[in-house]
Amino acid sequence: MATAVPAMVDPAQGEAEERYHRAKQRAIRRRRLMPLVGAGTLLAVWAALVYGLEVPPYIAPSPLRVVETLYMRFGMLMTNLAPTAIEAISGFLLGNVVAIIIATVFVHQKTLEEAFFPMIVLINTIPVLAKAPILVLLLGNGIEPKIAIAALICFFPTLVNMVRGLESVNPQAMELMRVLSASKREVFFKLRLQNSLPYLFSALKIAASTAVIGAIVGEWIGTTVGIGALLIHAMYNFDSALLYATAIVGACFSVAFYFVITLIERLVVRWHAPPVT
Amino acid sequence: MATALAQQSPVTSAMPAVECRGIGVRFVTDRQTVNALDDISFTLKQGAFLSLLGPSGCGKSTLLRVIADLVHPTAGAISVLGGTAEAARRARALGFVFQDAALLPWRTAIENVSLPLEVGGGRKRADGPSPQELLALVGLKGRENSFPHELSGGMRQRVAIARALVSGPRILLMDEPFGALDEITRDRLNVELLRIWKETLTTVVFVTHSIYEATYLSQQVLVMGAHPGRVREIVPIDLPADRPLAIRESDAFVRIAAHLRGVLGAE
Ligand SMILES: Nc1ncnc2c1ncn2[C@@H]1O[C@H](COP(=O)(O)OP(=O)(O)O)[C@@H](O)[C@H]1O
Ligand SMILES: [Mg+2]
Repeated sequence: MATAVPAMVDPAQGEAEERYHRAKQRAIRRRRLMPLVGAGTLLAVWAALVYGLEVPPYIAPSPLRVVETLYMRFGMLMTNLAPTAIEAISGFLLGNVVAIIIATVFVHQKTLEEAFFPMIVLINTIPVLAKAPILVLLLGNGIEPKIAIAALICFFPTLVNMVRGLESVNPQAMELMRVLSASKREVFFKLRLQNSLPYLFSALKIAASTAVIGAIVGEWIGTTVGIGALLIHAMYNFDSALLYATAIVGACFSVAFYFVITLIERLVVRWHAPPVT
Repeated sequence: MATALAQQSPVTSAMPAVECRGIGVRFVTDRQTVNALDDISFTLKQGAFLSLLGPSGCGKSTLLRVIADLVHPTAGAISVLGGTAEAARRARALGFVFQDAALLPWRTAIENVSLPLEVGGGRKRADGPSPQELLALVGLKGRENSFPHELSGGMRQRVAIARALVSGPRILLMDEPFGALDEITRDRLNVELLRIWKETLTTVVFVTHSIYEATYLSQQVLVMGAHPGRVREIVPIDLPADRPLAIRESDAFVRIAAHLRGVLGAE
């Protein structure tokens, strides 16, 4: 049956394929171009409003003045970014490490989870803005309360996700470990920990941006350096260009932090993980 | 390779692989009490291929889990390879294959097969087959480094079978391992399972709700009834040891299948 049938390409089919590829290319170009068009439009509207309505510079700056400030005062902005970055990263590490450890304890000691988890939920409902002054009173005016706030803000989502990740193990995989007479320790390292990684990273990505928010909020109270302090300073001085430039620097750091975590996730979670919310 | 894979010593083969005496399992939950198994008795010789056949909910999985020491019977006594089920489990005498393969998604095929050697004090037997050899045995040579999501459902079950064999079990427990596969893949894996069974000389307890699968694979079929889960009849399958797929069209096969259907249907 399967003898030489000459390979024939139906010209209509070739044309259809080409049309499909052209359409796909167009779609890709559009997806890349459209966000730029959107951003450009917003910038134009912003500039038009500031110039057109002659908004005074102590209320809102023009985009050009913001860029100018970013360029002229770059050194000063970076000097202020450094403490914020240190606080955010330290808080991120502290909060997440503690969350991972407590999640591990909870999974192995259900009684502790039952006793303390409601308390943790309760503490989490206190808004950051209320926690900040409490921590400043407790820890003083230095870098410690800022780290503590950043850590607290990271802690909760990671704890919840980590407990979920450690516990939501495929029940048949659990039975398999039982048939293999695996110890609790082996079940933890070979099964639970690996299983939790996608859950952990989805929390870490949230934590990367909230840690920065925590550090900035911490700097609003009783300090003179850092992105948070600079924002307050610029506001009180009606230096709107500096205010905007500082906000942009903070946002850029947040985004960079997020991308570093995403990059680490790509390296660590190499398998096809089910989507985690 | 057949010699390397044989893990049964002839000295002990007189001892039954599994002996159940009046096994009962009762699950008590908030809503109800279920008699999952009631007065189950049978003896399984070493090296045999037994299928558990019955409608869903009749306690097939529960019986398999009793043998694997995953569920403790509330009545009766079970001995596995002359000792308790727990002793057999601790001695790594049992291999279990689950319906949904239960591979660890972060491990490649070869790493999944190696798992039993890494936990529970498992170590490769000097004379036992290596994970590579087992993957070759189940027809997955060349796919060692594929992750489970890169494999088809049939391939994943093959990996699960290789994993169950790696610790050199003397009893292989399989809970509807091909239940989720399409018929063509299932046929192929049935043929391969018979070949593997012959090469490894393991005892197999195979759960299925397919009359044809049970007839094709088994030496004996334990037909179960539901509510409570009990033994209806233990039917010997008098078919030649060599079973090409075409045997399913033979008169003998059709007769046995019809008999099994009759036993299942008799209420
Ligand atoms: N862990 C359990 N708790 C409560 N009831 C169970 C449990 N496991 C099984 N059962 C019940 O026992 C009966 C037999 O279940 P099972 O052995 O899974 O049947 P099968 O594998 O033949 O479909 C069913 O009615 C099921 O609902
Ligand atoms: Mg079942």
